[in-house]
Amino acid sequence: MKLPGKQMRFDLDVIASWIEPGARVLDLGCGEGSLLEYLIQHKKVIGSGIEKNESRVAKCIEKGLSVLQGDINQEVEDYPDNSFDYVILSQTLQQVYAPDDLIRSMLHIGKKVIVSFPNFGHWRVRLQLLMTGHAPVTKQLPYQWYDTPNIRVLTLKDFRKFAREVGYRILKEVAIETQTVGREGNIVRVMPDLRATYGIFLIGS
Amino acid sequence: MSEYTQKDNRDASVGMVEKKLHSIAEPPHEMVLECGERLGPITLAYETYGTLNSKKTNAVLILHALSGDAHVAGYHSEEDQKPGWWDSMVGPRKGIDTDKYFIICSNIIGSCMGSTGPCTLNPKTVMPYGLEFPVVTIGDMVKAQKALVDSLGIKQLLAAVGGSVGGMQVLEWCVRYPGMVAAAIPLATTTRHSALAIAFNEVARQAIMSDPNWNNGDYYFGPRPETGLAVARMIGHVTYLSDESMRLKFGRRLQDKSDFSFNFNPEFQVESYLRHQGKRFVERFDANAFLYITKAGDYFDLAEQHGEGSMVEAFSKIAARFLIISFTSDWLYPTYQSREMVKAIKKTGRDVSFLEIEAEWGHDAFLIPNPRLSGIIGGFLNRVFNETTR
Repeated sequence: MKLPGKQMRFDLDVIASWIEPGARVLDLGCGEGSLLEYLIQHKKVIGSGIEKNESRVAKCIEKGLSVLQGDINQEVEDYPDNSFDYVILSQTLQQVYAPDDLIRSMLHIGKKVIVSFPNFGHWRVRLQLLMTGHAPVTKQLPYQWYDTPNIRVLTLKDFRKFAREVGYRILKEVAIETQTVGREGNIVRVMPDLRATYGIFLIGS
Repeated sequence: MSEYTQKDNRDASVGMVEKKLHSIAEPPHEMVLECGERLGPITLAYETYGTLNSKKTNAVLILHALSGDAHVAGYHSEEDQKPGWWDSMVGPRKGIDTDKYFIICSNIIGSCMGSTGPCTLNPKTVMPYGLEFPVVTIGDMVKAQKALVDSLGIKQLLAAVGGSVGGMQVLEWCVRYPGMVAAAIPLATTTRHSALAIAFNEVARQAIMSDPNWNNGDYYFGPRPETGLAVARMIGHVTYLSDESMRLKFGRRLQDKSDFSFNFNPEFQVESYLRHQGKRFVERFDANAFLYITKAGDYFDLAEQHGEGSMVEAFSKIAARFLIISFTSDWLYPTYQSREMVKAIKKTGRDVSFLEIEAEWGHDAFLIPNPRLSGIIGGFLNRVFNETTR
């Protein structure tokens, strides 16, 4: 699979490849806006973002992006239904207190939702727990149990089960393996549940 | 707003500028004010910086706060000690770049800074208006500014920018003349005063009105209500600062002494600072103008006046892209009031960016040189300029 713009982080590259030109996009937890910037430049999307951190929001606005400072769980509420074609939650799901509520809200304000998260079912994670007896610490989830922001670790299987149970349709699913959160990476087709470091899902209601 | 007009030495200055006057509403075509009275002729003081491009698409209107004036940047003469009130923001290669944009800063009616107000002559009596001057609103001020912008041949402003009462004018511009404003930057402002803000304004007005020299506003040929105006300024100044900024700036330190003197002369640094601010303010500001402008601020209510009580309804009139900025330590117009605006604009489906800047300087933070503030204003304006001129 040839993905455009190799300067982008690999997982963001995959997300970008799913979005059609001119779409309206909201990026929740947009950081310094690299995905938004890329989508605006290459896909001519109408993009905006929500980010909690003051200096990151400032960087986004300086770059000319439309970004709101705030908590994604609250800020997702005030948009009219179907305001966006895509609402993106990239590598933040595992840090959300009420992921089910958040995804429901995302599907109200957006026609489609893209979520990505580190795969807690990766073989290294499984092996660490089995062999050492300690809560796994990996490059993707690099914190100790007492200081981690990642309060909702899940596996690709968990997400599929969740989607099935609440009745969301999984429209696309890509499992990827990246070196840390680096620019390099590849799509995992064989045994993704074991071998993928991240999962990216496109869902609709 | 207070006087933090420090010169930002790292950047160039816009240089020598001059105050200009524009006259409108010549009788019998007086302006009909919101209160129902007619006012005319009206003079509006303004300054401009930079060059208007041939398509007239690079005009930025700056609107000032309660005690400000049209002199936003640069110097009036070689002898000037201080530049305009927002020199850190407005100038070559600054946040609002005078090399790129044509900047207009307009004074307001009701002011004492060159425009028609209570201290100017009433043509009917050939005496200063005093309390004969009709009560004006933010809407009236903006109506007059619209006539000024029209006279410059500008069909659409690239942006309207302003803090505090200037921010209220920005909001009023956007709902009253939506087609004329491509982008809006309201800073440290609100869609309506809280009871707290009205309360401070009322205490300040009472300070003026209880000064015997005020004489029902008729003092222009006698002693002025200097004590009252100075106290009003001292009260205002407290609301522009914050607990933190006052603790850092003054603490409980004494001025030029080490022990209490057990009398009521100013002893604490904060006391002498406030007295100094009050005294300086009296030299440049008119007590009646203070009454009129604070009243206009208190009356302002965007939702009531433009949305039948609904802020969403009011904001559904706008076409401008918004950048809303608040400051963490601003207790006069706290962040929750900016967030209410953000929420309403989101509900209308329009474009809004929002940032709460971490700052200890209270309400006045927007006036203090701040690279972050300059950066986001510059970036936002650049984007809107690219979008509108594409």
